[in-house]
Amino acid sequence: MTTIADPMGFLLFTKGPLFNIAIAIFALGLAARLAEILLLGRRPNFAEPRAGEWLPGLRTVVTRTLPDPGTFKRAPFNVLTGLIWHVGFLVALLLFIPHIELIKGLFGVSWPGLPNPFVDLVTAVTLVALAATLVHRLTHPVKKRLSTIEDYLIWAVTFLVVLTGYLAYNRLINPYPLALGLHILTAELFLILLPFTKLTHIFTVFIARWYNGASFGRRGVQS
Amino acid sequence: MSALSSIPVRVQSVSHGTANCGNAVPILHEVRHALERLIATGEGTQIDLNAIPFGPEDEAHLLAVLGVGEVRATIDALGPTHVQETAIPGVWLIDYRITEDQRLALHLDIGDIPEILRTQRQDLDTALTTLDARLTRAQGGAQFES
Amino acid sequence: MTTTKHRVGEHLRDQGVSRRAFLKFCTASASLMALPPGLIPAMAAALEQARRPSVIWLSFQECTGCTESLTRSHAPTVEDLILEMISLDYHHTLQAAAGEAAEAAREQAMKDNFGKYLLIVDGSLPGPDANPGYSTIAGVSNYAMLMEAVEGAAAVIAVGTCAAFGGLPEAAPNPTGAVAVMDLIKNKPLVNVSGCPPVPMVITGVLAHYLAFGRLPERDAYHRPLAFFGQSIHDRCYRRPFYDKGLFAETFDDEGARAGWCLYRLGCKGPSTYNACATMRWNAGTSWPIEAGHPCLGCSEPRFWDAGSFYAPLSVPTDLSSSRILTAGAAGALVGGTVATLARRTVATAATSRQPVTADELEQTL
Repeated sequence: MTTIADPMGFLLFTKGPLFNIAIAIFALGLAARLAEILLLGRRPNFAEPRAGEWLPGLRTVVTRTLPDPGTFKRAPFNVLTGLIWHVGFLVALLLFIPHIELIKGLFGVSWPGLPNPFVDLVTAVTLVALAATLVHRLTHPVKKRLSTIEDYLIWAVTFLVVLTGYLAYNRLINPYPLALGLHILTAELFLILLPFTKLTHIFTVFIARWYNGASFGRRGVQS
Repeated sequence: MSALSSIPVRVQSVSHGTANCGNAVPILHEVRHALERLIATGEGTQIDLNAIPFGPEDEAHLLAVLGVGEVRATIDALGPTHVQETAIPGVWLIDYRITEDQRLALHLDIGDIPEILRTQRQDLDTALTTLDARLTRAQGGAQFES
Repeated sequence: MTTTKHRVGEHLRDQGVSRRAFLKFCTASASLMALPPGLIPAMAAALEQARRPSVIWLSFQECTGCTESLTRSHAPTVEDLILEMISLDYHHTLQAAAGEAAEAAREQAMKDNFGKYLLIVDGSLPGPDANPGYSTIAGVSNYAMLMEAVEGAAAVIAVGTCAAFGGLPEAAPNPTGAVAVMDLIKNKPLVNVSGCPPVPMVITGVLAHYLAFGRLPERDAYHRPLAFFGQSIHDRCYRRPFYDKGLFAETFDDEGARAGWCLYRLGCKGPSTYNACATMRWNAGTSWPIEAGHPCLGCSEPRFWDAGSFYAPLSVPTDLSSSRILTAGAAGALVGGTVATLARRTVATAATSRQPVTADELEQTL
């Protein structure tokens, strides 16, 4: 009610009604996707299993997460920048104290965080790595042709979440409520897009990796 | 005070170490830079300690490091102002207070002599007239209080 | 009026204030205004030549806390000097006159100093579309009185969060239709001195600035003087090193709270709050909320009353409900389950209605 350009009103909107809408869409969309994937399952395999599923499944979860030497030799840039920004993103997301407070507020679980200047440094590195991935995607002849609008969309929303967080923490946008509001807004966009785009891999990646290993294991193939 | 002291509050002392005087050290470095400038160019610097976000122990820590020097003066104008040279020559501590002895401002003055100690040019305008008036009265055999 | 022509310098010399005392006064004022000490000589020169302005103080939907704060500011000598440099012609709580005599004093001052007086407002007021009966003075609605008084004002100072942003009266559901002064006044220089109440020295600091420089100080996007509101509580907080190290008080009585660690997790709004508490402090410079172990409430910011719990960390949404997430998740699982069932049924139907096809038949369809 105070002024038209009201940063505090904007922040309260992103922290209040918009957050509720975003988290509801996220929860609904993600549960729908996961339920669909898990309930559909795979065609029943009537062949007698040659070995166990669980151990090879878990093994691939680990081995496919660590960069293997062959891939690294073929595409060192992809492996290195990909690893750097994924780790950086997770550190900023899960070990920054204000984020831990948010998770604690939502789910009641918490864990120790990292000192802020360290998270700040990691965030800066993440931003540089993310920018490098875009440049690479735009200049690499094969990647360029493979990329779809969705790829650029999820790159943009990921980059913006990290960028606005960095700008807000370092107070590079004034006033601060606007900076924080923008960060929360982009995070909400991220949450809304997550279940309906490739971003779902955050939740399906380990299921997929486990499934691969389990399938190999069942057939007695080395995973 | 009797009412206050009858409330059974026990103040628990906590050893802060140097944790609560984290802002004193940067000021000491600022003083060092100001001293270098004074030595090189003769230019003085004033630092307003009220404008610094001090923790409970910052001020005591700062003053302890600076120490106490040779000169001490009190100016009686709009309440007392205490000027104290610190153990570091050229670094003065000026404590501006009102008559109720509450602090108005606390400055560090890095220079030869704080400006407020000098005779003021504007006051000199009245110096001759004051002296002449007193001379006339002295010749008339008057007594002076101050 | 001869008194308004009086220069501050002459006025003080007539009262036997020496040059050193004047310099000391300037030092104290510069410290109030957070000006660097190097500016004191320039300020002394300007203040010598300053004129005493007439001040009209209007109190609307307020609790008098702002006036209480001002009259309890910690340096009586300097405050007295500043207040002596203005001519406070109307303030219905402080003035001796009452009733019609008080209103007459206001009208007289407005007439005599038209175009030159300072208008100070504390409290919000029912807006032009609201029922004016919620707040009146001498039978005049707050809105009408403000609009009349602002006509001849040289500048407007909105004192306190209610006047600056609407404050408590404007909090949801805002029964009186309260608005801030800046919502109504667009064509006059305006400064907001927010806070509930504002730091007293900030009120006098703005006055001293107006006296010394003849204009309002530099302001931020909310029209607040940058000298006092230029940096967040968080950036000026002596507990900031603990925030940076990740050392937080988890409850009000744990080890961290006793050791004076950061209060972020206890709901401190310092990062989003701009005010001078961290350097100017309260009660004669004794302490301030964070030093006393309580998180900042953010009282100098718009909508502070509606910005969620005072004790919830800044990053936590204002309207948290994990049951809502669970409901949404359950609904999502239901949707996903339905989709999966439908898909299975489609596959099963397709399997039952499948007809064998020969290679020749396929060739024909090509």
